[in-house]
Amino acid sequence: MAKNRPKNLDLRTIQLPLPGVVSILHRISGALLFLFGIPLLLLVLQQALHSRESFESLRAILTHPLGKLVLLGFAWSFWHHLCAGVRFLLLDIHKGVQIDAARLSSRWVMGVSLFLTLLTGVALW
Amino acid sequence: MVKRVVVGAHYGLRDWLLQRITAIVMAVYTVAFLVVVLPSLPMGFEDWRAGFAHPVVKISTLLFLLSAMLHAWVGVRDIFMDYIKPFGLRLFLQVVVILTLFVYALWAIQLLWSV
Repeated sequence: MAKNRPKNLDLRTIQLPLPGVVSILHRISGALLFLFGIPLLLLVLQQALHSRESFESLRAILTHPLGKLVLLGFAWSFWHHLCAGVRFLLLDIHKGVQIDAARLSSRWVMGVSLFLTLLTGVALW
Repeated sequence: MVKRVVVGAHYGLRDWLLQRITAIVMAVYTVAFLVVVLPSLPMGFEDWRAGFAHPVVKISTLLFLLSAMLHAWVGVRDIFMDYIKPFGLRLFLQVVVILTLFVYALWAIQLLWSV
């Protein structure tokens, strides 16, 4: 085996390709959804359904700028995880496994999830 | 001989499949939820509660939430298998996650059926 092929592992000059970025963000957003997303979702659902008072106090929290920011963070995690997940499901059935298609679809995942987060933000404000 | 350990990897076809089935359930629910909820915004407490009193909404929401728990279990377990190498620590963290998700599941049932 040829051992003297050129290689570059200098972390300052190499970077993860976009499909790799989508992949690690899928993992990070998934971890965030487990750590914060699920408990917050249950808490919100409980407050929204419990009583008129809890509903109104929930509305006050979620319309507060800080509450909106948390909601926006949740929205990005959710949309990115969903979009990247759909891409992985397509890869599972061998759709878009060629390098050009895979790069293009990872751009789409980044774009669409940011767009949906933006839409969520617009809906919130 | 196949060496299997309780916190081991490489024999998870069932988990792999579960991850994908629960993902599809949640994606379908998300789209349906947006289609139903978005046109009727803004919603007051009465509309919101009346919506969730409907058995179809109740059961599909529960299905979504339980899918989230199962999906989270497979995903978090994958993360532990990649980064947490000591056997005891991995087992401990897995037990914590299982118990947490179990409590979440009970909480989800309790809050949905209190409506």
